[in-house]
Amino acid sequence: MSRANFLRVIVVSLLFALVLQPEWFAPIFEPFTPPGAVVIYDRTSLLSLSLSHLGIVAVASLAAIIVAVLLAILVTRPQGKAFLPLSRTIANMGQTFPPVAVLALAVPMLGFGAGPTLVALFLYGILPIFENTMTGLSTLPPATMEAARGIGLSRRQRLIQVELPLALPLILTGIRLSVVIAIGTATIGSTVAAHTLGEVIIAGLLTNNTSYVLQGGLIVGLFAVLIYDALTQLETHTRKRLGVM
Amino acid sequence: MIEIDNITKIYDGRAAVEAVSMTIESATITAIVGTSGSGKSTLLRMINRLVEPTTGQVRINGEPTAGLPKNALRRRIGYAIQGHGLFPHHTVAKNISAVPRLLGWHKDKIHARVNELLELFSMPPDEFRDRYPAELSGGQQQRVGVARALASRPDLLLMDEPFGALDPIIRTRAQADLHRIQRTLGSTILLVTHDMEEAIQLGDQVAVMDQGQLVQHGTPAEIITNPATEFVAEMVGGVDRPLRLLSLLSVSQILENGTAEGDPLDEKSSLREALSVCLWSGRSALPVERNGSPIGRVTLEAIRSRAEGTHEPG
Repeated sequence: MSRANFLRVIVVSLLFALVLQPEWFAPIFEPFTPPGAVVIYDRTSLLSLSLSHLGIVAVASLAAIIVAVLLAILVTRPQGKAFLPLSRTIANMGQTFPPVAVLALAVPMLGFGAGPTLVALFLYGILPIFENTMTGLSTLPPATMEAARGIGLSRRQRLIQVELPLALPLILTGIRLSVVIAIGTATIGSTVAAHTLGEVIIAGLLTNNTSYVLQGGLIVGLFAVLIYDALTQLETHTRKRLGVM
Repeated sequence: MIEIDNITKIYDGRAAVEAVSMTIESATITAIVGTSGSGKSTLLRMINRLVEPTTGQVRINGEPTAGLPKNALRRRIGYAIQGHGLFPHHTVAKNISAVPRLLGWHKDKIHARVNELLELFSMPPDEFRDRYPAELSGGQQQRVGVARALASRPDLLLMDEPFGALDPIIRTRAQADLHRIQRTLGSTILLVTHDMEEAIQLGDQVAVMDQGQLVQHGTPAEIITNPATEFVAEMVGGVDRPLRLLSLLSVSQILENGTAEGDPLDEKSSLREALSVCLWSGRSALPVERNGSPIGRVTLEAIRSRAEGTHEPG
């Protein structure tokens, strides 16, 4: 086993233990707990919080991927060029709006729960994917594109068979950035009663219980690290396939 | 037969190609040569309608190309370009079979065609089918690019500086390969180059373009011995002209009876090679052989008389 894989196994095991058997870590968190307070978060199961957290991130990211990639395809077509500045503005606005503000604005419309969080993560996730997909689709090797036209591939065939596969590594980079940001940002969803790991952190902050904050933060951090790593691997793999390493 | 009929392309009020007419016979190589900006690539790209002509017509075997759907037309015309333009995410086999797949050929037929082409280009199919372009050398990539262009047995093969990205040694080999393959398959090829040497080596016909106009169209020997304009004369290179002329003739064309000292030369060698050997070895005559047996000799005197500009090539 390579050193990297060894490290992966350790991190995955640690994460599983933290989520499934948090009481094992009681002695470690004990010093961070105020006298008389509970050491290990027990109001909800950490497993259920983790799954719901990842679910919200997955749904929001999937929506962001679909919208961002479609938008990037549209504005890189000749007939969609006119929309480029507008799309850029919209994507940038999504990014400048702090997710907390989106939450505050979305609650009156969508009520408490997962809804406002999904909207905030979705808006926040579009920009990196949009920008990267656009870069990928507009920096394709000119000789390959010329040949694709010259041998008689239709526009649609060129997009599906040549442009998207060649832009894939860059699109994946955008997705990675977006997903990792979303994993962290989803924690604040718990301020409006979304069922995420942020609940543990917020509970800790409210009761001055650093142990809770550490538990929530550690689990979220480990998820982010592992998912970042997995997506990086996927990217390296596709890059190698394209011979562009 | 490809007929280019009075074709013009105007960009921003300036003619990139101006009223060019020429006929390309089937199963020949025509080399279009010119400096950059002479309109030679534009002319080529108007044939498969990557560029739409402003006026004029192209006919393939009598059929005007303007009436055909663009993509259907392009699938009938092979297209090979500088820097090969292979799909980096497809294997060699998938790259070569791009057009047959578009045309909906049967899987077995495609498989056989890919193998046939790889064999033709001296690339063992077992070894190369499943490789990716990034795993090939520049020369191999270029060959796969040409194989892809030939895959569907097109009516016509267009090549835009196909050897431009290759180093000189591989380039010479690629040119020889192309020549051999064209003779084997009887393909009709229209090739664009800025290199007069390449045009003369490969072309059955050479067309010289200058500032959007076709200034001369003829056999390589005609172009060298009888340049139509000063530009053509400059392109064929003043001082190199006798050598270029000699490179078009083979030893067998001025064979004399008799023998000579030293290593023999094959009858298919060009007079340019023969001259070079004469000078290098300090001999005034060389023995000539056919399939290894002596058939006569060639003299420096005879070579010299062939290199004189007033002499019509035989």
